[in-house]
Amino acid sequence: MCNSIIQIEVIIPTQTKYLDLIGSIGEHIAKELDEFSGDREALAYHLNLVLTEATVNAIKHGTLTNPGDTVRITINIQENELNIKVYDHGQGFDLESVPLPDFDQPKEGGMGIFFIRTLMDSVTYTRQGDCNVLEIIKHLS
Amino acid sequence: MNLNLEKINGCTVLFIKEERIDAHNSGELKEAVLHLIEQGEVNIIVQLEHVRFIDSSGLGALLSGYKNAAAKSGKLALANMQQQVLSMFELTRLNRVFDIYADLNEAFDSET
Repeated sequence: MCNSIIQIEVIIPTQTKYLDLIGSIGEHIAKELDEFSGDREALAYHLNLVLTEATVNAIKHGTLTNPGDTVRITINIQENELNIKVYDHGQGFDLESVPLPDFDQPKEGGMGIFFIRTLMDSVTYTRQGDCNVLEIIKHLS
Repeated sequence: MNLNLEKINGCTVLFIKEERIDAHNSGELKEAVLHLIEQGEVNIIVQLEHVRFIDSSGLGALLSGYKNAAAKSGKLALANMQQQVLSMFELTRLNRVFDIYADLNEAFDSET
């Protein structure tokens, strides 16, 4: 059981130079989960990757015309559940219509959502007020 | 992006001197590889020893290089990949697309 509670909120400008910072937070969290019994190195990479992909997604879907736009990322860990929310202010997109990559005819794009779906336990993308929220859940049992 | 280019045993070897390839620097990698191919260097080995993290855009940049080299009858191969990075190629089945070598010597033996 992981009883520790971690709550993190980060707000960054919509610039890709902050991806390293966001990904690193995920990696550090994986290393701080004292009672996690799984593959810690793999979890560290996966959280780094998922936070990176989700933040890129928010930057891409953000309001490109507004240089002051920001992406808000929250990370909550309670008991055995890790919850990531990434908020953007863009037009949004239909998560359900994002196809699986074509493994026989691989293309350069379209692998980000695949990584999030494959490595985490649940992913939703919903409109909340003036934001879109990509919510990602990982069970840490 | 910190890249070094060397000609070794007749092969063009691109050393990536970064720990992280993500959407912030993958465009630069893609352009660098494309530039090499346009200059006629169509057989390239990308040495990834220092890279401990790659995201989907990094995989995309290497795939772009692979396709552009193949379009000119060349080949882009990969060497010295760390295990976690290799696992991203396995997850996306891109390990079936690229020739992936343990080190440069293995790459030279196979490519020449």
